[in-house]
Amino acid sequence: MTKLTTLQDAVARYVKDGDTVYAAGFTHMIPFAAGHEIIRQGRKNLTLARATPDLIYEMMVAAGCARKLIFSYVGNPGVGSLRIIRERLENGSLEWEEYSHFSMICRLQAGATGLPFMPMNQTAATDLEKANPQYRRVKDPYTGVEVVVVPPLKPDVAIVHVQRCDVEGNAQIWGIIGEQKEAAFAAEHVILTTEEIVEESVIRSDPNRTVIPAFIVDAVCHVPYASHPSYTQGYYDRDNAFYLEWDRITEDPIRVKAWLDEWVYGVKDREAYWQKLPAETRKRLQVKQRLAAPVDYGEY
Amino acid sequence: MEYSASELLIINAARLLKDGDTVFVGVGSPNLACNLAMRTHAPSLLMIYEAGVVGSRPSRLPLSIGDPTLVSGAAAVTSMYEIFSLYLQRGNVDVAFLGGAQIDRYGNINATVIGSDYQHPKVRMPGSGGSMEIAGWANRCYIMTPHQKRRFPEKCDFVTSAGFLGGRKQREATGARGGGTQCVVTDLGLMEPDGNGELVLTALHAGATAEKARENTGWDLKVAEKLRYTELPTEKELRILREELDPQGTYR
Repeated sequence: MTKLTTLQDAVARYVKDGDTVYAAGFTHMIPFAAGHEIIRQGRKNLTLARATPDLIYEMMVAAGCARKLIFSYVGNPGVGSLRIIRERLENGSLEWEEYSHFSMICRLQAGATGLPFMPMNQTAATDLEKANPQYRRVKDPYTGVEVVVVPPLKPDVAIVHVQRCDVEGNAQIWGIIGEQKEAAFAAEHVILTTEEIVEESVIRSDPNRTVIPAFIVDAVCHVPYASHPSYTQGYYDRDNAFYLEWDRITEDPIRVKAWLDEWVYGVKDREAYWQKLPAETRKRLQVKQRLAAPVDYGEY
Repeated sequence: MEYSASELLIINAARLLKDGDTVFVGVGSPNLACNLAMRTHAPSLLMIYEAGVVGSRPSRLPLSIGDPTLVSGAAAVTSMYEIFSLYLQRGNVDVAFLGGAQIDRYGNINATVIGSDYQHPKVRMPGSGGSMEIAGWANRCYIMTPHQKRRFPEKCDFVTSAGFLGGRKQREATGARGGGTQCVVTDLGLMEPDGNGELVLTALHAGATAEKARENTGWDLKVAEKLRYTELPTEKELRILREELDPQGTYR
C-alpha cells in the first residue's frame, strides 16, 4: 500500500500541538524541510528531542513552536553556540532536560526495543546525574555494582530523512547512520522524507541497506534537498558557510525574524526554497560520484 | 622556523599519540593533531569519530564531527549506540582529546554551565555531547587549551567530564574504567597528574617560564622536580600542518 503524500499533509496529520517530536539524524540528513513545514503550520508547545538540537530546533524555537528541549549537545557544531536557545536556557524561558550523547541514545534504544530502562556503566562524573532526576541508579543483580539507568524515550512522532525508499516506506540510508533507526522504532508515528522514490525491486536488490522497514512508517514524502543546510551523503554537501552565517544572523532577533519570513514563511515548500537559493550555492554543494563496489547476494 | 601558539599546541598534542593507538577524535585542533601524528610517527593510528565513523581518511578539514568527508573512504560506519557501546564502553578506545571552558586542579572538565546554579546559569555552554563517557572510559584523555587563569580554576563550577574528581582514589572508587586526564597541553607547556591525580607542571615550551605558568593557573601549581623542555616544532611538522592539513590557515 502506498503511503506517498505531501509533507504538508503528513505534518498536518501526524504532528499535533504538544507532541514530543524527534527529528533524527546526527549532523547528517537533518530533516530541515519538515522542521520548516512545522513552523509554517504554526505548531505550538512541542517537546523537541534531539541529541544535537542543531539549527533545525533553533529555528523552531525562534518561531515559537517549542515548550521544551531534550538534548545532549546544545551547540552549533564546529562554530560555537546556538545563541537563541542559549539565551532562553539562561533566562529560563524554555524548559529543558539534558543528557550526555550516550544516555540520550540509550533512552531511544530503550524506547525502540521496548525495555523499561537502559543501563550504562558509571562515568565518574555525577553532576548531570544530580541535575536531571531522570537519571537513576540500580544495582546489577549479578555483581552488586551500581549502574546508571535512563528511561525509554518514546516520541509521538519521528521524522527521518533518507536517501531512498519505496512508496510503502522501506527506507535505505548510508553514510552516518546516527540514531535514525532507533528514533523510528521508538516513535508512535514515523514520517519519512526522501531524496528519491525507487521501485520496490531496487530496495530488494540490497536488503542489508534497509534501515527502516515499511511497516513502522506512516507517511512517505518525496522531498529532494530536504536536509539542506545539513547534507545527504552522495547527494549534496553540508553547507558549512550557512552554519557560519546562522551564527551572524542570530546575533540580532530582527535578522532572525527576517530570515524566517524570507526562507520559511515566504516559500511554499522545499522545492521553492531550493530554487530560491543562489545558483552558485547549489553548485558549491554538488558532489562528485564515488560508487561502492557492488555486492553479490547470489541467486537462490 | 617561526610558529604560532596554536601550532605549538597541535604539534605537542600530536606527539602524545602512539603508533597503533585507537583515538576518539574531535574537530578543530584535535583533528589536526591526529592527522599530523598519522603523517609523521603514527601511520597506523585508527581515527574514530563520535558520529560513528571508524578509520576515517578525511581528504579535507571537516568543520563538524559529522562531515561527509569522514565517511567516504572510511573503514566502517556504525550507529551512535554502537560507537558508544561496542567501541567506547567496551574499552576499545585508547586515547581521546577533550576540551572545556574550565579545567581544574584534578583534571575535571566543565563544558556545561558557568555559575554555581545549574538551573540558573550565568553562562550556558553546549554541554557533554560525547565527553562524559569519553572521559570516563577512554584509557588516556588529553586536553588542549591556552594557558589562562580563567580556564584553570581550583574547582570546576560543574563537572561535565571526570578527571580525578577530588583525588585519584575518588575516581578509582567509582569503578570508571578509563585512566582519566593524562596530559594538558597549553601554549606554555605540559601539565600531568601526580600520584594523587593533581595536575603539576612537567614541561615548558621554549621561551616559557614556570613563573608565567603559575601566574596563569588558578591553583597553587606545583612544578615537577625534573621539569623538562619540549622539543621545538620541526620543519617537517610545520610543513605538513601548513601545506597538507590546514592550507587555509583556519587553525593557525
